[in-house]
Amino acid sequence: MEHQRRLQTFMSTLIASPEARLAVIAVLVFGVMAALSPDRFLSAQNMTSMAFQFPEFAILALAMTLTMLTGGIDLSVVGIGNLSAIIAATLLTTYASAGLTGTDALMWYGLAFGAALLVGASAGLLNGVLIAVLGLPAILATLGTGLIFTGLAVVLTNGSAVMGFPAVVAFLGNGLIFGIPVPLILFAVLAAGLSFVLTRTGFGLKVQMFGANPLAARFAAIDITSMLLRVYISSGVLAAIAGMLVMSRANSAKADYGSSYLLLAVLIAVLGGVNPYGGYGRVIGVVLAVLSMQFLSSGLNMLGVSNFSRELIWGALLILVMIINTRPDLLNPFNALRAKP
Amino acid sequence: MMDVIRKNLARNETLVLLVILGFCVLAAVSDRGFLSVPTMTDLLRGSIVLTIFAVAAMLVLVSGGIDVSFTAIAAFTMYATAMLLNTYAPGVPWYLAILLGMLIGATLGCINGILIAGFGLPTLIVTLGTLSIFRGFMLTFIGQKQITTLPPGMREFGRMMMIRGENADGSFYALPWAFAATVLVVVLTWFILQKTMMGRSIFAIGGSVESARRIGINVRGTQFFIYVYVGALAGLAGIIHSSMARVANPFDLVGLELYVIAAVVLGGARLAGGYGTLSGTMLGVALIVLVRNSLVVIGVPATWQSVAVGILILIGTGLPAWQAKRTAAKAA
Amino acid sequence: MSQMPVAPDLVSFSGVTKTYSGITALDGVSFVIKRGEAVCLAGENGSGKSTLIKILAGVERPDRGKIMFSGVEQVALNPRLSAASGIKVIFQDFSLFPNLSVAENIAFSAEISTGATWFNRARIQTLAAATMKRVGVELNLNAPVETLSVAHKQLVAICRALATDAQLIIMDEPTTALTEKEVRALLTIIRRLKADGVAVLFVSHKLAEVLEVCESVVVLRNGKKVADGPASEFDAAKLTRHMTGRDVASAAPTPIDQSAPELMRVEDLGKAGAFESVSFALHQGEVLGISGLLGSGRTALAKALFGLVAPDSGSITLDNQKIVLGDPLKAAAAGIGYVPEDRLTEGLFLLQPIARNVAIGRLEAHTAGGGMLNLQSLWGETADWLKRLKVKAANIEAPVRSLSGGNQQRVVLARWLARGPKVLVLNGPSVGVDVGSKAEIHEIIAGLSAQGLGVIVISDDLPELLSTCHRILVMKEGKIIDDVAGNAITEVDLAHRLAS
Repeated sequence: MEHQRRLQTFMSTLIASPEARLAVIAVLVFGVMAALSPDRFLSAQNMTSMAFQFPEFAILALAMTLTMLTGGIDLSVVGIGNLSAIIAATLLTTYASAGLTGTDALMWYGLAFGAALLVGASAGLLNGVLIAVLGLPAILATLGTGLIFTGLAVVLTNGSAVMGFPAVVAFLGNGLIFGIPVPLILFAVLAAGLSFVLTRTGFGLKVQMFGANPLAARFAAIDITSMLLRVYISSGVLAAIAGMLVMSRANSAKADYGSSYLLLAVLIAVLGGVNPYGGYGRVIGVVLAVLSMQFLSSGLNMLGVSNFSRELIWGALLILVMIINTRPDLLNPFNALRAKP
Repeated sequence: MMDVIRKNLARNETLVLLVILGFCVLAAVSDRGFLSVPTMTDLLRGSIVLTIFAVAAMLVLVSGGIDVSFTAIAAFTMYATAMLLNTYAPGVPWYLAILLGMLIGATLGCINGILIAGFGLPTLIVTLGTLSIFRGFMLTFIGQKQITTLPPGMREFGRMMMIRGENADGSFYALPWAFAATVLVVVLTWFILQKTMMGRSIFAIGGSVESARRIGINVRGTQFFIYVYVGALAGLAGIIHSSMARVANPFDLVGLELYVIAAVVLGGARLAGGYGTLSGTMLGVALIVLVRNSLVVIGVPATWQSVAVGILILIGTGLPAWQAKRTAAKAA
Repeated sequence: MSQMPVAPDLVSFSGVTKTYSGITALDGVSFVIKRGEAVCLAGENGSGKSTLIKILAGVERPDRGKIMFSGVEQVALNPRLSAASGIKVIFQDFSLFPNLSVAENIAFSAEISTGATWFNRARIQTLAAATMKRVGVELNLNAPVETLSVAHKQLVAICRALATDAQLIIMDEPTTALTEKEVRALLTIIRRLKADGVAVLFVSHKLAEVLEVCESVVVLRNGKKVADGPASEFDAAKLTRHMTGRDVASAAPTPIDQSAPELMRVEDLGKAGAFESVSFALHQGEVLGISGLLGSGRTALAKALFGLVAPDSGSITLDNQKIVLGDPLKAAAAGIGYVPEDRLTEGLFLLQPIARNVAIGRLEAHTAGGGMLNLQSLWGETADWLKRLKVKAANIEAPVRSLSGGNQQRVVLARWLARGPKVLVLNGPSVGVDVGSKAEIHEIIAGLSAQGLGVIVISDDLPELLSTCHRILVMKEGKIIDDVAGNAITEVDLAHRLAS
């Protein structure tokens, strides 16, 4: 009996918060995949390749998390990422020849990166103005601007890819620092940064409180307009960084890169426990959701399951987690045993 | 009198109608061929599938939910139906093919219904999940290659024309019978919304779920009906799409869902639920189709199409939002 | 007369007990409601009133006790059975459909109970019109309900309850949102219903206004019936005494120092359609009451003082500095605080922790370089304020929703007081707060006044105004029509001036 009670307490703690449940899922997925193909899944090569793959959409998921916390959404992230990358790419191909090396290349790359961030920030500002000042619903405002950004990217490039960069461009997406993939480091820094902002700054607290009750936020004299502007600008900047990462990995920029990432970013944020109606969400949950997704898709890939089945499994995972979050009692076997008729 | 005019001007439907008229005038001035039967049949043909989608999306919005999975249901249905009929029953006539499609669509809608009405999960997340599931299932287990030889029944349906004619320059124009299906969908949905308790219950739960529960409306039953009906409509739209395109491409349709929802909101439905009209929905679709098909006519290059649609969505949703904000500021 | 057969009581409760996970919500409550009788069920928040409504409506089942409808024992009551027996509940929020027409709102539930498949607009219009005629109200049948005033919405809810055969109408907090005139109109309708043989059960913590149409009174406290009897034996003071179990003294506040300097001056403030040429001054330590019926412009004025409503004309000066109008951020920065009327939607972040609900007002003060919060000082100060205002909470990390109404109001007060405001505007400071907490909130107001804060209390609760305010402004149709000293007027006199 004592044993059973202790197990019961352990189970209850384990399933108490959505993040704890996600951690269990991540570990489970990792364990199962490692057991199914230990040599390949646990190989250093696989670990590195996973670390190169997920940061680009995971960064978009961070942007989505931030906007969802306010009860909004940013459907324009992929558009912003591509437009920013295309502007940077165009600058590079115009002023820095592909053979350029050394400080000159670095300088031009720095300038191009700066331009991309500026484009991301301006695009985010436009979203912010539409939502905070003009009062458009975020879902429609960013749907509209997403079309505009993608459209501008098409107009600028006629729909074809921009390529031919100096070698330094490749580092962000393909380099290693002390053996650790640069994209992973970039994501870790951004995730830690967002987590810090959300928990340790007044801005982060305001974001969550506004998401919980916009009307009360107004009555509590929170500077809502400036808060929302900063949220969407940050989202735009994150999208631009993701765009630069994609550009580096693909060694080119194109208007329709990463079109499947939008849905994926929303999926990850929601899977990570972020309430899409605002007010609740933790970065750790989003990180765990990203890891679960990546373990799952790499593992399945090794088992020879087609790419498309990942989409199926992601969707199923999302629904499963939602059901468990809504009815956590279904998860505890002791509750199930005691279930009333 | 002024009041009536002002009230109507404030409505989205009127605004959209004015923009459509303005666009048509511009187009007619730029190209005298614009106001012709061939252009009109082109536009009508272009709006067949979108209108069915929009009616479905509108129903869900009115009930206070949002559905992004209907395009995946449509793609799944057209592909699965084509595959099934080609493999097992190539001789099936067109009406049975449509019926099968609607059944498959309704079954998929049923899954949404169980998750939303049964488990009480949020509509956006459920349909986001099922969008991935339906699409992933189709691409993994049914196939990824285009089916270029449709079953005879679907081919026949795609070739059945209501109106057929020849231009002065010898080219042809035609309006398929699929258009009649769209009209039927609109009429049937109007009937459900206006003449049945089920339809009024959809409006009621969109107005207030809690109140609906308190006065004894079967909220779960109503929600379940909505998602099954929407699934059947999406299935129908899928069959029509592939019959008209004469190919079942599994990568088609998905990605349209947000445009469709935007068109419905342009037509005056509210994301918060409780409001939406069929006339507004059709106007919203008309505007989007017009811009997608005829932008070149008024001198805007085709590459600008998505910029134009984006701007349209921003203006169409921004004006009422801005108006509402100003009214709220004026009110004490 | 004595030969008439005695009809069984419409509703009879005997020894009804209900517990929720160990906590007794209703404890052996017995009472009866007769046909065509109006009964007052009074009690503070948490006294068991809502549990009683739920049991009557068939939503909850009692653990023990007997419930009889017209002499028939009800052993397995459910919502449908209860409605079929003619028991109709009008919830405080009316539970209407804002997007549907008046006619549909009235007749929808009647149509549903017939099990109809088809929607018959003509039948619905006829039923709605007939019901409105019976109740004696006139509304546009086709108007969407969202365009109606609160009083008209209540009428629609009453009509809906009566559209199908109703024996007993239960009205939850029927008068909180109504002006005095509207309450009069409501009472007229209640008399009419009674004459028709319909019984009415008023459930509220503020019932003095409906006493005159009631036959009997039942008072609940902590789940027990503590008093009952004919309504003629009760008055407001007696009701309060039974509800709280103690006498609540309502003495006028300590007068302020005559030489107290002027703190705030409002000059010629106007807003089209809401209020016009409002001018007054507020001194240090003064508690200024602003009263008026709903629609008199008092709420709009309160919001305008805090920048939530942008006035068209006039000025507000605080400490000789003109305040930018129509911007809550500027008003708050200048030292004005505002405690809103609707705590649940405007005041609190219900699902967020108690501590955060207070801290949200003090983020700027505890922000170091780079936007980083000094969490230690922020949470320290927050806990300190919660303690100073005696918020009873086991854990300040629990959602604020878990607190009682009185404690919730203190959380909102703590948020503003932590900012050290010069002027605090309190809109309905004790709405939805039980009588005991109300007295404590009044003590807090007196304390603020003693510290030299200017306090503006907007309320239509006359005893509250008289026991807290040094001066009372009376508003009517957007204008200030009276400016009276708080200790120089009686409740009756004030009521007369409000309604005149």
